[in-house]
Amino acid sequence: MAENTTASKSAQIAARPLSPFMLGPYYKFQLTSVLSFAHRLTGLGLSMGTVLIAIWVLAAAAGPWSYAQFAQVARSIPGEVLLFAWSWALLYHLCNGIRHLVWDTVHGFDLKNTYLGGYLVVALSLVLTAAVWIVAFAF
Amino acid sequence: MSLRSPLSQARGLGSAKEGVGHWWMQRLSALALIPLALWFVFSIARYHVADYPTMMAWVHAPLVAVTLVLFFIAGFYHSALGVQVVIEDYVGNEALKIGGIALVKLAHFALAAASIFAVLKIAFGAP
Ligand code: HEM
Repeated sequence: MAENTTASKSAQIAARPLSPFMLGPYYKFQLTSVLSFAHRLTGLGLSMGTVLIAIWVLAAAAGPWSYAQFAQVARSIPGEVLLFAWSWALLYHLCNGIRHLVWDTVHGFDLKNTYLGGYLVVALSLVLTAAVWIVAFAF
Repeated sequence: MSLRSPLSQARGLGSAKEGVGHWWMQRLSALALIPLALWFVFSIARYHVADYPTMMAWVHAPLVAVTLVLFFIAGFYHSALGVQVVIEDYVGNEALKIGGIALVKLAHFALAAASIFAVLKIAFGAP
């Protein structure tokens, strides 16, 4: 049979979707895996953010001139956007981190509670982010 | 037959040969960071627009300085442990993995020392 020749076999193999192409049409996204990956991504983002935090306190310790330089960048539009994104990343990672700590006590592993916790973490991180910025500026 | 007990043979295993210590310290630092990080996001939201004298007066307060130092200790420690896990997961080459982890740890130590020094310099300086 033609199907069994080596040439058509390798052509078949070459035509197979490779992993990134699996995402979407072949691989259905689930809340659970997306949130899990988001925990890792926000964790890495926060780790990079610590460099900026170090620069912030170092600039303040170095004196008024360097503090003014840093403050100018921090208060620019891109600076404020980055800061806002950072605050959500931290609060998401914090809420989902608590979810991780609950799992570590061997609780909440059934399907219903895994999804419940997932939705709760997303909602809570958004509410907390809004609350932080409203309270920081209104009071 | 080995003369070593099963426990001593199992100790120090894991991808970076640290046993369960790494896992436990990641949880402990996470626990410490729950109140510290909540306080810190709020403080940044509020004080990133502060002028220089306001910022100095804020860091100069003993409670703020101590809480900042605690946040830096827990945060940099947790961050170093976390990035280490990610490197262990994705970097297959053994030399690259150990080298990468060493680099990450040294960078975190340096940043932590600099940040804590900066806070103490302001806290111990003239108000
Ligand atoms: C300074 C802020 C923080 C930084 C830079 C940071 C960074 C990281 C990184 C890089 C990881 C590794 C991610 C992974 O293995 O997928 C991680 C894991 C983790 N983080 Fe954080 N984190 C921070 C704050 C927090 C807070 C406030 C919590 C609160 C509970 C937390 C809880 C956790 C937990 C439980 C893990 C382990 C997750 C796992 O086993 O997969 N983190 N963090």
